[in-house]
Amino acid sequence: MSTTAASLGLVSCHTCNLVSRTQTEEAICPRCSSHVRFRMAGSIGHCWAFLVAAMILYVPANTLPMMLTSSLFGSSDDTIISGVLFLWEDGSWYLALIVFVASILVPIGKMLALIIILLSVQLPGVELTPGRRARLARTYRVIASIGRWSMLDIYVVGLLATVVQLTALASVRAGPAALAFGAVVVLTMLATESFDPRLIWDTVEEENGRRATA
Amino acid sequence: MADAPPPDRIPSALSLPKSGKTFPFVWLVPAVALIIGAWLAISHYLDRGTTIIISFRTAEGLQAGKTKIKYKDIDVGLITEINLAPDFSGVIATAELVKGAESRVVEDTRFWVVRPRVSGSTVSGLTTLLSGSYVAMDVGKSSSRSRVFTGLENPPAFTTDAPGRQITLRAEDIGSLDIGSPVYYRRLQVGQVAAYELEKDGRSVRITCFINAPYHQFLTSNSRFWHASGIDMAVDSEGVRIKTESLVSIAIGGIAFATPFDEVEPSPIAKDMVFELHRNQARAFRNPDRLSDDYILVFNQSVRGLQPGATVDFRGIVVGEVSAIHTQFDPETKQITIPVEIKIYPERFTSRMLGVRPTSGRLGTKGKFMADLVDRGMRAQLRTGSLLTGQLYVALDFFPDAPKAKLDLAQAVPELPTRPSALEDLQQTLVQLANKLERVPLDTMAQDLSHTLKTVDTLVKRLDTEMAPTLSEGRQTLVELRKTLAEVSKTMNQATTTLANAEKSLGPDSALFSELQDTAREFSRTAQSLRALADYLERNPQALIRGKGD
Repeated sequence: MSTTAASLGLVSCHTCNLVSRTQTEEAICPRCSSHVRFRMAGSIGHCWAFLVAAMILYVPANTLPMMLTSSLFGSSDDTIISGVLFLWEDGSWYLALIVFVASILVPIGKMLALIIILLSVQLPGVELTPGRRARLARTYRVIASIGRWSMLDIYVVGLLATVVQLTALASVRAGPAALAFGAVVVLTMLATESFDPRLIWDTVEEENGRRATA
Repeated sequence: MADAPPPDRIPSALSLPKSGKTFPFVWLVPAVALIIGAWLAISHYLDRGTTIIISFRTAEGLQAGKTKIKYKDIDVGLITEINLAPDFSGVIATAELVKGAESRVVEDTRFWVVRPRVSGSTVSGLTTLLSGSYVAMDVGKSSSRSRVFTGLENPPAFTTDAPGRQITLRAEDIGSLDIGSPVYYRRLQVGQVAAYELEKDGRSVRITCFINAPYHQFLTSNSRFWHASGIDMAVDSEGVRIKTESLVSIAIGGIAFATPFDEVEPSPIAKDMVFELHRNQARAFRNPDRLSDDYILVFNQSVRGLQPGATVDFRGIVVGEVSAIHTQFDPETKQITIPVEIKIYPERFTSRMLGVRPTSGRLGTKGKFMADLVDRGMRAQLRTGSLLTGQLYVALDFFPDAPKAKLDLAQAVPELPTRPSALEDLQQTLVQLANKLERVPLDTMAQDLSHTLKTVDTLVKRLDTEMAPTLSEGRQTLVELRKTLAEVSKTMNQATTTLANAEKSLGPDSALFSELQDTAREFSRTAQSLRALADYLERNPQALIRGKGD
C-alpha cells in the first residue's frame, strides 16, 4: 500500500525538481516558472505519433539503397540488408553481426518494445503483475539508453562519404535510405523520450486506490 | 512513507487555467513521415527508368548489377540481370535505363559489349581492361520504340549519327579485309569496312563500308571499287610494275574506290545498290558489262588450249569471253561437234558509237548489228595466244573471201559462223600441196629427162664430128675475107683521098660535107665493128656455128 505524489496533489518540476502543491492539472513552478504537470502532457499520444512515423519511415530505410558506391571496378547500390549480407559472405561475420544488431535489430526491437509498453499502459483489460511492471520499466530504461547507438549505420555512411571522395576513381554517396533511417532513429528516440514511464505505475495505484476506497 | 511531509513546507505552484483541448500537433509528425516516405519511394520508383532486354551470344564480361550501359561514355543504364536464353542459344540480359533514356531506345538502337580489342588496324576498349566491360549503345533513328534488342557481336564501325554514307559491295572473296579495314579515295583514308557477311547462296561476300562525310559526295553509281590489299605486281611488255595503296593497306588490306568523271550521267546511288568489288584497279576500270550476248561457235578442230574464260577479241580488243565448251553428238548425222559458248559484251563494241547505246539484249534491233557484221564477212577463229603454253583464244575478224553465212537470230543462242584458224589453213594448204605433189609422175619425168639428156649428148657428139670440115672451110673464108678487107682498106684510102678532094670542094661547113662526115663516121664504126668481128672470128672460129659464147 503506497501513495503517489499525484494523489496528494504534489507535483515535481521537470526543470528544477522542486516539489510543489497544486490543485489544477497544469501549473507553473514557483521557482523556475516552468510548466509543471502531474504527468507529461499527452505522453501516450506523442509516443504513438512518433512511433507511427518511425514505422512508416522504417520501410524505405530498409528497401531503398543506403550507400551508393561507384569506383573504376563498377558501382553498387547497397541497402542495409545487402550490406549485411555482403559482410557476412565476405567472412566478416562479426562486423555483419554488429551492423545487423545496430541497424536492424535495435530499431525494430525498440519499436516493438514501445508498442508493448504503450499497449500495456493503455489497454484497460491488461492485468499487470508487479513482476511484469518491473520488466516493463527495465525494458524502458534499456531502450532509452541504447537509442543513440542505432545511429551506427549513419555514422559509417557519413564517414565513408566524406573520406572516399576520389572523384575519378571512387565515390561513396548516401542513398535515400540514409535519410529515412536517420529519421527512424530520431523518431524512436523522441517516442521514447515522450513516454512518461510513471504511467506504468499509475494503473496499479489506481487499482490500489480503488481497493482502498472499497 | 510513514509520515506525510508537513503540507505548509511545500510551496504552492501557480495555478494555470485549464486550457481547452488543443489540436494534437504531434500527429503532424507521422503525417510528414508518411509524406517523406511516399516521396522517397515514388522518386526511387520513377528513377528506375525503362527496363529493356538485350540478347547476347555470350555473357563474357557482363556482370549483373555491375555492367553499365553507356552512350557516348555516359552511363545510361545498368545490367540488372543475366539469364540463359530459354533455348540455351545465348544469354538474355535485362537492363535498366536511366530516366529519360527511354525515348532513345528505338527499334534500330544498337547495343554491343565493349571489350578490349586489338586487331590489325585498331586497338579499342583498352579502358575496359581496368573498369571491366560495358555495354555501349548507339541511338537509332527509328521512331517506334522497342524493348527487346539483339546485341551486336562486333562494335559497329560507325555510329548512326556519324555523317557519311553506307554502301554495300559484293566481292568474290573477302581477301585480307576485316572490320575496320580502311577505304581509300585517292589514297586518302575516307572510310572503313563496317561489316561483312557471306551471301546467302554462298557465292560471294557482301561487304558493308562506311564512307565518312564529306567524301561520300564523290560516290556515284559509276564509282568503281577494288581491293587495295597487299601488293599488285604485274609483269608485262612495259616491264615490272608494282602498285600499292599504302603501307597500312599492305599490312592489313583495304578498299580503294574512284569515280570516273568522264561518264555521261552520274546518277546518285540507289538505296539498295550493290557495287562490285574488283580484284584490282585495272579490272575495276574496265567498262562494266551490263549487257552480254550469248553466241555459239562450232569448231571442227581441236579446242585443246581453249578454256572457259579465254578471251574473245576483235582485232586485239577484248570484247567477250568463252563461257563454256561442250561436246555435242548429233544422232542423225552421227557427228560429234564442239560447240563453244561465248559471251560478247556489245557495249565494248559501241563504247564510242555515239547514239547507239545498247539498252538491252542484242545489239541494234534484235541483233541486227551482229548479223550485218556476219554478212560483211565477220567470222570467229581460234588463234594461238601463246606459243609457249599453247593457249587459244577466239578472234573475231573480217574475212571478205569467206564463204557466205548467215546469223540465224531465230535461235535462242545464235551460231556465229567460224573459220578454220590460220595455222590450220596453212596446214590444209600444205596437205593439199603434198597431195598434188604426190600425184606428179616424178619417175616418168625423170626417165624422160635422162632420155632427153642422152639425145642431147649424141647430138653434140655428132656436131663435133660433122662440124670439123666446116670449120676448116670457115678458116679459108676468113683468109679470103681478110683479103677483101685489105682491099676495102685500100678502097677506103682512095675514098679518103676522094673525100679530101670533096672536102676541098665542098668546104667544111656545107651540108654535104657534114653529111659526108657522118657517113664517114658511120662507115668507120662499121669498119671497126668488122675489124672486131674479124678479130673475134679469128680467135673463135667456132663462133660461126655455135654463136657468140661467153
